[in-house]
Amino acid sequence: MKTSGWKILCVVLLLYTAVAGLLLDVPRLNIVNETIRALYFHVPMWFGMVFLFSMSLWHAIRYLRNPSIETDIHSFEYATVGLVFGVLGIITGMIWANYTWGSPWHGDPKQNSAAIALLVYLAYFILRGSLSNDEQRAKLSAVYNVFAFVAMIPLLFIIPRMTSSMHPGNGGNPGFNAYDLDSKMRLVFYPAVIGWILLGYWIASLRIRLKLAEEKLNELEHEKNS
Amino acid sequence: MNFILALLQKEFSLELKRKSVIAGLGLYLVSMVFIIYFSFALRQNLITPLVWSALFWITILFVAINTVAKSFIGEKRGLEIYFYSIASPLMILFSKMIYNFVLCLILSLTGYFLFILLLNNPVNDHLTFLLTLLLTSLGFATSLTLLSGIASKANNSNILMAVLSFPVVISVLLVAIKVTKNCMDDLDPSVSYRPLLTLLAIDALVSAVSFILFPFTWKN
Repeated sequence: MKTSGWKILCVVLLLYTAVAGLLLDVPRLNIVNETIRALYFHVPMWFGMVFLFSMSLWHAIRYLRNPSIETDIHSFEYATVGLVFGVLGIITGMIWANYTWGSPWHGDPKQNSAAIALLVYLAYFILRGSLSNDEQRAKLSAVYNVFAFVAMIPLLFIIPRMTSSMHPGNGGNPGFNAYDLDSKMRLVFYPAVIGWILLGYWIASLRIRLKLAEEKLNELEHEKNS
Repeated sequence: MNFILALLQKEFSLELKRKSVIAGLGLYLVSMVFIIYFSFALRQNLITPLVWSALFWITILFVAINTVAKSFIGEKRGLEIYFYSIASPLMILFSKMIYNFVLCLILSLTGYFLFILLLNNPVNDHLTFLLTLLLTSLGFATSLTLLSGIASKANNSNILMAVLSFPVVISVLLVAIKVTKNCMDDLDPSVSYRPLLTLLAIDALVSAVSFILFPFTWKN
């Protein structure tokens, strides 16, 4: 059996993240304290989500340029796994906020835009569910995928910069900034990001293979019957 | 260009022919404002500027979604094929967008008038507020027209329209609410220039993407 190197890398990086992320020393900051370790698990979720949604977008564009069932399946499965990452990101963020801000949902601009970003993709799934014609479903959902992604750009990257927020790393970069990321944390943070992205890619690729196999089976059965 | 004008003329004359649709939309708006008016009864003092702004934008949002939704959803199947044979999809989208923009603008101005009439008017900076109404109408028209085209292909198109449009128009609404608050607090108009410019940029972005994507929904 052939095992790709990146799968081993993914497992190693995630094991390293889990062990080092929980055991290594972290800087003591007021209020945040030990919860700063959420950086290794919460922030990579968003990196993973953005990566997976971008892959979904890329395959949607590919579909529009050259329609095929394969690219549609790719686009759909990346969006599915991306949504799972987004939900996990929101949940981990809520756990973190419960300890540092005092309540899980604080109405912070970043929480709100994250929730809206998830709503976009939920709408995408509803759109897919309500179209019965396969070809039409693939085409229209690809169009909506591209449209929603572009419409989210101001929401995720412009408006958060115009409003104040309590989220770490505010004022300029909405992710994180230099002071809560000292060099020791970087040693865990970057591997964690890579590890989680690889995991997302791995899950998505498995799902895609499964779907493609199902598609093939259907085709064979269809041939047999006809 | 002449062709777009002809299409626009067709949209308007069709609209004037079936007056029930536009009258329905107007009545929808009036009913919504009336429900708000009744639910606050005579306790007008409860309508603080922030409540006013929330109610106003919710009303405008729902009216706009219903207005733009009918641009493709109401059309007959045969008509679509006819248009396909005589015009390019971009011309059709462009004429629909302009038409929806005018309609949204009229309805939001009417809504503003009704809010002043039945509730109160906490807006101090009228000029900036009217500019905001103009730009949000443009935003609604540009972003929702394409979605109406998508939703019209599905069975439960009316529900789908609301679900699909919410995430897309929310950035327009957020900026609009921000500017509305500036107008109510009587801040200097120059404070609102930046958000208004953002609104214009969003409009431009969304309409550019609509023009790129619309031909894909059209060919079938």
